[in-house]
Amino acid sequence: MAHIEAQRLSIEFPLYHLSARSLKKRLMARAAIRLKEDEGHRVVVAALRELTFRIEPGERVALVGGNGAGKTTLLRTLAGIYEPVAGRLEVEGRIGSLIDPAAGMDMESTGRENIVLRGLYLGLSEAECDEMAEEAGRFSGLGEFLDVPVRTYSAGMAVRLSFAAATLMSPEILLMDEWFLAGDADFMVRATERLEQLVVGADILVLATHDMKVVREWCTRAIRLNGGRIEADGPVADVLKD
Amino acid sequence: MRSPVNLAHSLGYVRDASAPRNLERALDDLRSGLSRWRLAAALARLDIRNRYRGSVLGPFWMTLSTAIMVTGIGLLYSTLFRMSLREYLPFLAVSLLVWNTISQIVSDACTSFISSEGVIRQMPLPYTVHVLRFVFRNAIIAAHSLPLILVVFVVFGVYPGAEAFTVLPGLLLLAINAFAVGLFLGMFCARFRDIQQIVASIMQLAFFLSPVLWKPALLGHWQALLPLNPFYVLMETVRGPLVEGGAPLLIWVCALFYTALSCTLAFLFFVRFRGRIAFWV
Repeated sequence: MAHIEAQRLSIEFPLYHLSARSLKKRLMARAAIRLKEDEGHRVVVAALRELTFRIEPGERVALVGGNGAGKTTLLRTLAGIYEPVAGRLEVEGRIGSLIDPAAGMDMESTGRENIVLRGLYLGLSEAECDEMAEEAGRFSGLGEFLDVPVRTYSAGMAVRLSFAAATLMSPEILLMDEWFLAGDADFMVRATERLEQLVVGADILVLATHDMKVVREWCTRAIRLNGGRIEADGPVADVLKD
Repeated sequence: MRSPVNLAHSLGYVRDASAPRNLERALDDLRSGLSRWRLAAALARLDIRNRYRGSVLGPFWMTLSTAIMVTGIGLLYSTLFRMSLREYLPFLAVSLLVWNTISQIVSDACTSFISSEGVIRQMPLPYTVHVLRFVFRNAIIAAHSLPLILVVFVVFGVYPGAEAFTVLPGLLLLAINAFAVGLFLGMFCARFRDIQQIVASIMQLAFFLSPVLWKPALLGHWQALLPLNPFYVLMETVRGPLVEGGAPLLIWVCALFYTALSCTLAFLFFVRFRGRIAFWV
């Protein structure tokens, strides 16, 4: 069964350009909370600090917290992009991530080419990619613009395209950044429908968001992050109360 | 809705900082990365297209500039070296093209990961895919120069014999080395951004120290030391078959040795630091 289990999971970002002695001292002197020095005397930002949690199938988890709390970093770590520096992370199940919609987009290629490219990134065969291009093309509603370079798209059109390409999957674990909930109103009606389908189809949803309305509507559990640590973890009503 | 995506990686994983299983995961990365050569090839084609977008000649600009260089240097140096054009020019043309390819590979290797930064930080892909993309990209560029060699051969009526086919293993060795260098320098340059500048000046020095413009025979008895120069050895496995009726056995042995060395080095580095790449780019 799909599940996610983290034990004392930590992620640190090295800041290589801050290695100059004086700058380092100045930063450290201010009793920095999240900047520290690791064994190799590098300045690192503790992005996630000793997170321990377990997500069972059927759970809809919202990651909440201020800017820089570590929400997106946690999503990316769950997606398998960052290696933990300490602790253990176990993810079981097919992962689909909607973190950055523009990921892997090529501005010079047409919309259709970009959808095929996305399919290749996902590891699909060429025939499957073409099929995917058809489906995503229809959903995006871009019409004739599908065969025009993405460079010439308006921001809204780019969003439609990336949304259509990125949501063509049926993962067991869905990792989603709130970015995906923004878009023009007309398109959002259809987009929301699609997201709901995805969310319902997935065993586990992990959603990073600032929008408490979305949290109440979609999620069963909330994890509040602050400074890379878990501040509160529990049913949505309990966590959002304080 | 879409059928399940057949990405081995996305089926779940265990990451344990106290038991990183570096070797196993590096091998896994290489295996799954190589099996996804289609993606790498598609990305390489895009790279070429974007790099030369709007340009009339595209990658053929490099061929043209090499052609001009071959003519200019050929006329001057054949006089300096007191060699006939017919003897010198085919050698020079192949030399310069092979050297350009090697130097292009080495300088591009520095950005094999940095240039894929956007993808690396957004999608979990085998790192091998990015290196493969870089190898394909350079193979495509190099292939554009082939017509020039043919033109020079036809103009001077020089035709290599059946030995010319031994150029294939030579090109294969070059590709394998490109992969190793792309892996190694790609990581190294992502971590230390100064390396790229150092590499550029080393390559400039290597151009003059290697027999690109001058024939190895001009070194006299010092020629015995040439196999110590890996650039010369790798260049000779391609140039030898085309203009000198095959490369000597010693060259092949040295080329295999250098290839083994670069692969080992790159692999050890990859096993040790693979997990850090996402933080470096």
